[in-house]
Amino acid sequence: MAKRELILAFESSCDETSVAVIEDGAKILSNIIASQINSQKRFGGVVPEVASRHHVEQVTLCAEEAMTEAGVTYADLSAVAVTYGPGLVGALLIGVAAAKTVAFAHHLPLIPVNHMAGHIYAARFVKPLVYPLLALLVSGGHTEIVYLKAAGEFEIIGDTRDDAAGEAFDKVGRVLNLTYPAGKKIDDLSKQGQDTFNFPRAMLHEPNYDFSFSGLKSAFINTVHNAEQRGETLSKVDLAASFQASVIDVIVQKTMRAAKAYPVQQLVVAGGVAANSGLRAAFQQAVAAETPDMDVIFPPLRLCSDNGAMIGAAAHVLWAKGAHADGRLNADPGLSFDYASDFQA
Amino acid sequence: MLVLAMDTSNQALSVALVRDEALLAETTINIRKTHSESLLPAIENLMTAANIEPADVDRFVVAQGPGSYTGIRIAVTTAKTFAWTLQKELVGISSLAVVASNTQATGLIVPVFNARRNAVFTGAYCWQQGQLVNVLPDRHQDLAPLLAELASQTAPVTFIGTDVPLFQDQIQAALGDQAQFVSGWAALPQARQLAWLGEQGQPVANQHRFAPQYLRQTEAEVNWLKQHPTASKGHEPYVEEI
Repeated sequence: MAKRELILAFESSCDETSVAVIEDGAKILSNIIASQINSQKRFGGVVPEVASRHHVEQVTLCAEEAMTEAGVTYADLSAVAVTYGPGLVGALLIGVAAAKTVAFAHHLPLIPVNHMAGHIYAARFVKPLVYPLLALLVSGGHTEIVYLKAAGEFEIIGDTRDDAAGEAFDKVGRVLNLTYPAGKKIDDLSKQGQDTFNFPRAMLHEPNYDFSFSGLKSAFINTVHNAEQRGETLSKVDLAASFQASVIDVIVQKTMRAAKAYPVQQLVVAGGVAANSGLRAAFQQAVAAETPDMDVIFPPLRLCSDNGAMIGAAAHVLWAKGAHADGRLNADPGLSFDYASDFQA
Repeated sequence: MLVLAMDTSNQALSVALVRDEALLAETTINIRKTHSESLLPAIENLMTAANIEPADVDRFVVAQGPGSYTGIRIAVTTAKTFAWTLQKELVGISSLAVVASNTQATGLIVPVFNARRNAVFTGAYCWQQGQLVNVLPDRHQDLAPLLAELASQTAPVTFIGTDVPLFQDQIQAALGDQAQFVSGWAALPQARQLAWLGEQGQPVANQHRFAPQYLRQTEAEVNWLKQHPTASKGHEPYVEEI
């Protein structure tokens, strides 16, 4: 019997410390996630120094629980993987230092993983991926459309020119006095409201796959402030519904345009904002109406936010393509996929 | 007892392998390069040179701060991960004590790290019967009140640290001939000293919770506590497994 491939994967790029054990890139044996939300919500967003301090106190604890829950020993492991970017540099460094040390101490190979590749490969836990495929990455730091010609080959074909979609959710949430992170709360409010404010749909008709959310954010803030000055109170649920409808319209329409222009059978929608129920419903509707043969994959909610399991899934693919690192591995906070050669932003 | 000691609290990085009281190998790197890139390769080279396997080490000793927040986190994370993953002992030692131990001066030894805005990380140490003893606890403090406190001493005071020249005029004005200075290479941390201090230290009981001694809250937390003065008591866990 062939030995199973077991990867111990570390993730610490933002405000979750997570360590997982993944079998053959597709099976989660454990996926321990320590969230700092209760700490970071005090500040209305992630404070990098605070995040780094929490990671130091969590990282070995998460790793121990991951090994115990998976029921594996170091002798069973095939490799150690770690997110080395993009993200907060001080936060990334904790996972990188811990992963390098475990790999060196036990003579295991070390696999460096791009965090965004992790988000895409979270979809592998739903079903095998078929290439070429298209992935939409929507999170607090990114809004990208990525084309994968083959496994582990990433090309950005569309990107945000200013704020990420998740960032817009958090900023609008602050205006609505919602605690950080606001995405889930806006999604819930939206279900009770109507799209009555007709906020702008930025770049919807431009011949590219790019996004812009700062104009929407400003329009939202101006609407609320102008009403306040007039002494009016606007419907919170309609504001939320109108904002969310604008974001979803642009994301879904531009992604669907790309899905039709590229020879793909699968669309992966990943990242923290992929947990949004309105976005999921809109994609399912659009795919059914426009490209019924295309498979749209949403990772389960727990795997949309940052976690070690997705890093282990991506590591499996990247390792097969020869990715490896040694004790010199450093954090790369600005790490990005390459842009497609005809990409213009 | 085989000890691996590591210090990345400031610009210099120092690592040493010590067996009982014999130095096997030591490396100090004092250039502007991130400790993240340099620390593990330095440890690997040391182990190869001394023909040591990671699992041979009995005790991991780390300079626990104060110092550069990012710097101390790298050595602390590396040391605690080694100790945890190999089930070995872990000892944390003050980064200020490591530098203080460089001098055999009589009287008070005051290690100084620049903490910017005319503040310093500092403390006071002295030698008693061959042991380095902490006299004033490590703290983050403005320089002026520290100098006022030290001026009441009659013993000589030796200021040691690579940042000492920045404060030398101010110290001399306050303490005159009472003050002596050690800086430059003589003030670099030496991991052999750290290992020696760590051999005498108590291993930490809860390795998972082991964290740097920053000696300062983050600015965000300081501001938040000002606005929420009672909130530090009985709050929900800031980090929880989900």
